[in-house]
Amino acid sequence: MNSSLHPGPASLANSEPPFIRRLLLAVALIFLTLFLFVPLAAVFYEALRKGVGVYLAAITDPYALDAIRLTLLSAAIAVPLNVIFGVSAAWAIAKFEFYGKSMLITLIDLPFAVSPVIAGLIYVLLFGAQGWLGPWLTGHGIKIIFAVPGIVLATVFVTVPFIARELIPLMQAQGTEEEEAAMVLGASGWLTFWRITLPNIKWGLLYGVVLCTARAMGEFGAVSVVSGHIRGLTNTLPLHVEILYNEYQFAATFACASLLTLLALVMLALKALIERHTLRQRRIAISGESI
Amino acid sequence: MSIDIQGLYKRFGHFVALDGINLTIPAGQLVALLGPSGCGKTTLLRIIAGLETADRGQILFNGEDASRRQVQDRQVGFVFQHYALFQHMSVFENVAFGLRVRPRACRPSDAQIRDKVQTLLELVQLSWVANRYPSQLSGGQRQRIALARALAVEPQVLLLDEPFGALDTKVRKELRRWLRRLHDDLHITSVFVTHDQEEALEVADQIVVMNRGCIEQMGSPQEVYDAPATPFVYQFLGNINLFHSRVHAGWAKVGGLRVQVPEHDDAEYAPAMAYVRPHDIDVLREPEDGDTTLPATISRVSLLGSLVRLELTQAPSGEIAEVEMTRERYLADPLQAGDLVFVKPRQLRVFLYDNSRAGSPVPMRWSGDGDGI
Repeated sequence: MNSSLHPGPASLANSEPPFIRRLLLAVALIFLTLFLFVPLAAVFYEALRKGVGVYLAAITDPYALDAIRLTLLSAAIAVPLNVIFGVSAAWAIAKFEFYGKSMLITLIDLPFAVSPVIAGLIYVLLFGAQGWLGPWLTGHGIKIIFAVPGIVLATVFVTVPFIARELIPLMQAQGTEEEEAAMVLGASGWLTFWRITLPNIKWGLLYGVVLCTARAMGEFGAVSVVSGHIRGLTNTLPLHVEILYNEYQFAATFACASLLTLLALVMLALKALIERHTLRQRRIAISGESI
Repeated sequence: MSIDIQGLYKRFGHFVALDGINLTIPAGQLVALLGPSGCGKTTLLRIIAGLETADRGQILFNGEDASRRQVQDRQVGFVFQHYALFQHMSVFENVAFGLRVRPRACRPSDAQIRDKVQTLLELVQLSWVANRYPSQLSGGQRQRIALARALAVEPQVLLLDEPFGALDTKVRKELRRWLRRLHDDLHITSVFVTHDQEEALEVADQIVVMNRGCIEQMGSPQEVYDAPATPFVYQFLGNINLFHSRVHAGWAKVGGLRVQVPEHDDAEYAPAMAYVRPHDIDVLREPEDGDTTLPATISRVSLLGSLVRLELTQAPSGEIAEVEMTRERYLADPLQAGDLVFVKPRQLRVFLYDNSRAGSPVPMRWSGDGDGI
């Protein structure tokens, strides 16, 4: 996951003959154009084809606004939860030795390995009306499936790995010496975390938050299973897009899709900014080593 | 502040890091924990600091049990091998950290902190880097800042874990001289870990030689070098020549050489090891009367600056021994490769096999056969 942060040595690639270099570049560009740029342009083209009025109407439609609100809400709950979980898990894995450590690392990766639809189904099986806890929940008037809590749960599930995976290698590389130094100097564990650990991982954490947010807002499969598609209540933005599409409202579909696309672009820009910053920091660190 | 360590035992999994350590570190002294890697010296230091806890045993600071005191309350300064400076803070903030994290009631004011940090930076002769970041400093500068940071909280004990281990030779030499001077000024009880015998001999008041989780010997640099208590200490401090020997009734026999060893009066034909330092051997042109010399041939002469090292081949067995002498002494009678000479150990230590816990000796220079007994 972190590989994009490590620019490999350029010398090997430079030794290839020019035509091979051009060929590789052309393949990459053609691929990107066909599969990324054209669809991206199409989204905005289709969204605005019937005019700005239709576009604005589509995204200010009450159902659309509800969907946006729900999407933001589930991200607003899922991301902080994952920050807490990710930092704790990474801390435990990087700084302590304990039994079952590799098991925990594998489990964190589980949401990457499992299809999101299956993740949704698991929650239906657990909390649905016919599920294991269904009768008990119904008895106490708690509704999870086909309601907002289910959507939040599904979102949390699929976004669990993002922050933890980002922080584990970072914290492992940093070791525990700075924390130990702080504690010998009299800082409590809490103070050490805020003054030493957090500043050291903040860029990695931000990077993880960006990825996690992007995924939380874009998640479709798991959320689709638990949502029940109740307009105005349990529809997130991606689900809303699907419904509009199924109703042949293409302009509205693409208008809402463009919102998600814009979100993605903003997140990518943030990610690029953070990467540039961490790269610069590393360069300073390296040039410092060589003095 | 004096430190008393009683019956300290620590195990990591199946590895026994410390096996019953008893040690007293007198107040105001600079003590070196010396030993090969894996001997437990760093573990001992970390337990004193409170960064590790012992499985058994006690640590007393000034006679008071500190074993259960949290690391924050031990009033120790700790200097790490790789500095462990806070990368995201300026040098000033690094040094100020220990003062800033104090509870509000006993936290100095900003002005006091500024004065204190300034004084410390002057002490380590780096007041001009206050606004830089650790990554902009050289290794030696970083370690001096780490020391200033440790001193900022006015610790009762200063603990240094291989403080010069990551530095190059020249900087290391400068820094250890500087540390010695600093200690002479401050007189703070200090313990530093090192695997470099030269460093320990040069800097420390007392040297604690450790091996396999145990203390082999504690003493002044002169004591441990001149009167090593165990074969391990002999081998670890300085170069040695090793002779297989046999001891009987107070006499050790090495090849054709007989040496009196009163401490082994009651030994009977006991196999033993004789240790001689390369500079404790005289090289003569003619044999002496009696059996005090061994014949050998010079196989190689190396001029190493102020020293000259001779490599000798023992006549019957072809084993090799090393002799060091001053350049002047060599030039008074320049021996050449191929010359037949007679070696006479001036000082020789014999350890019976039973007493040697050291296992297989490391720098085997000359294993005379000892079969002549």
